[in-house]
Amino acid sequence: MNATTTIPALHGSLARAISDLTVITRRNLLYTVRLPQVLVLSASMPVIFILMFTYVFGGAIQGALPPAAAGTYVNWLLPGLLAQFALFGGSATAAGLAEDLAKGAVDRFRSLPMASSAVLAGRTLSDLVRSAGTMALLLAVGLAIGFRPQTDLLGLLAAVAVGLAFGWAWSWVMALVSLVVRSAEAVQAATYLVVFPLAFTSSVFVPTQTMPGWLQSFAANQPVTVAAGALRGLVLGQGALPPGRTVAGQVVLALLWAAAIIAVFAPLAVRRYRRALS
Amino acid sequence: MDEAIIQVEALVKVFAGKREVRALDGLSLAIPPGGVYGLLGPNGAGKTTLIRVLATLLPPDGGSARVAGLDVRHHPAEVRARIGLAGQSAAVDEVLTGQENVEMVGRLYGLSRAQAHRRATEVLARIRLVDAADRQVRTYSGGMRRRLDLAASLVGRPQVLFLDEPTAGLDPASRHDLWALIGELVDTGTTVLLTTQYLEEADRLADRIAVIDHGRLIGDGTPDQLKDRVGGAVLELNVPDDDRARALWALRATGAEDPADDRHHGKLVVPAPDGAATLAEALRRLDAAGVVPQDVTLRKPTLDDVFLALTGHRATTPNGNGHDTHGGVDRRSPQQPERAIR
Repeated sequence: MNATTTIPALHGSLARAISDLTVITRRNLLYTVRLPQVLVLSASMPVIFILMFTYVFGGAIQGALPPAAAGTYVNWLLPGLLAQFALFGGSATAAGLAEDLAKGAVDRFRSLPMASSAVLAGRTLSDLVRSAGTMALLLAVGLAIGFRPQTDLLGLLAAVAVGLAFGWAWSWVMALVSLVVRSAEAVQAATYLVVFPLAFTSSVFVPTQTMPGWLQSFAANQPVTVAAGALRGLVLGQGALPPGRTVAGQVVLALLWAAAIIAVFAPLAVRRYRRALS
Repeated sequence: MDEAIIQVEALVKVFAGKREVRALDGLSLAIPPGGVYGLLGPNGAGKTTLIRVLATLLPPDGGSARVAGLDVRHHPAEVRARIGLAGQSAAVDEVLTGQENVEMVGRLYGLSRAQAHRRATEVLARIRLVDAADRQVRTYSGGMRRRLDLAASLVGRPQVLFLDEPTAGLDPASRHDLWALIGELVDTGTTVLLTTQYLEEADRLADRIAVIDHGRLIGDGTPDQLKDRVGGAVLELNVPDDDRARALWALRATGAEDPADDRHHGKLVVPAPDGAATLAEALRRLDAAGVVPQDVTLRKPTLDDVFLALTGHRATTPNGNGHDTHGGVDRRSPQQPERAIR
């Protein structure tokens, strides 16, 4: 049997890269869809967050909100949560990749004549799809408990798009973390270390004006606040932003953050992936 | 050997760490196409590292390696198109069905959806997993997973198939199953490079065996040549410490080789090609020398015996086999000069 007959010399071509990317993305998503326990558990976290913050903290925080929130905490909270769960969704990349490394799946992929970009890109892409699902869930629960966008549908869709771009950028950071840290437990700790401080020192839950001065200057400018601000502006209008900030300005800034993060971390992650893992 | 399908020359791979490990330390091998080639050695000998270098997963630090005529460092993509790899842990996807797993790998070899489907069905039939093809892998047994992993590594019709300890951790029945399947692969013209810690496995499957230790080749040959080194059977004797020297002297030229003094286990080991006859002869000589053995065993040779015959030291240490064979073991006992069977 001539062993070289059946393998078309396609590698390197764009069509082949896209095909490999599709195969890997689909494979990753099947892990979400076919493990109902995991699906239910991971879907319950955003639901718990929105309910808990709305009903536990909402009353206390309400007074500190700008008028654009129309007196409803969930209006303020929801765009922030969209940004936060975009960040969380990006973090899932670290866990998924760590598992593939541990199970030997990455070894198998690396021994195949496939596009080497497809494993990382497929991982971040499948996490992007999951994040979109999480956002849809957040919006559905939010609408049910009183969230009302103060702008229009276009603003809402734009907010989701900006959130997804932001989350996709974080996926690349987390991919690099996973490739460097390797062990699944350490990866989990590392993601928490990044994600929780960033989320809680942002404007996701409360306006940053009530924080002490030293923290405020960080909190008002860190990427999660920028993303939350952009989403909030798009959903609630100009009035939801601190004085001197415009919706367009925040959106551009959030997209710049995403672009900068991708520009730095995607090449680092790809290089780390290609370099042999011992 | 110009037409070698795998050509390894002075290959070096060093892992930095608390203690630097030279996993491959100037290894050279030439593997002819077709058939099964066995890499035999203890844990930490460098078998897996060699496979990982040949499968383009690790760049070598020195020397060269060519697979199907292609340098692994300079043409990794072309090498990948010609190889299949089944690693130590069956790298199959739990939530995918058997068919989906194999199809996915086929797609990643560049087959179209229809081709991948056809090829996966073919391979699953050959590997006798048709009945389970539409079940998710999480319902599979360990042996079925290994078979599926093997199927996935075959879907691209590799010229060279790397099997890294394909039967490690399997029960005897699954192990025999897998042996039969690997034996059938040879008929297809695929060259199989297989690592194992078990002499029995190498003997059963391989046409030729390379024994490696500490990242170096310490001997190679056909299974028969290797077994001739240790004989068809092995005689182990425990004698009182005071009688050791006398016993070693008395047992010279009893078996195929001079007796080896395995001090870790407190035993004298004699290759016994003639089995019971060698045993009887050994006992006669000990009796004549006035040595009364405390314990005598006649058994089949193992990797350990091959090691002892080739290097004068055991593949494993009494307090564990593991990765610390790099330290702690005296490489060569003074009575036992290094031998090679090349």
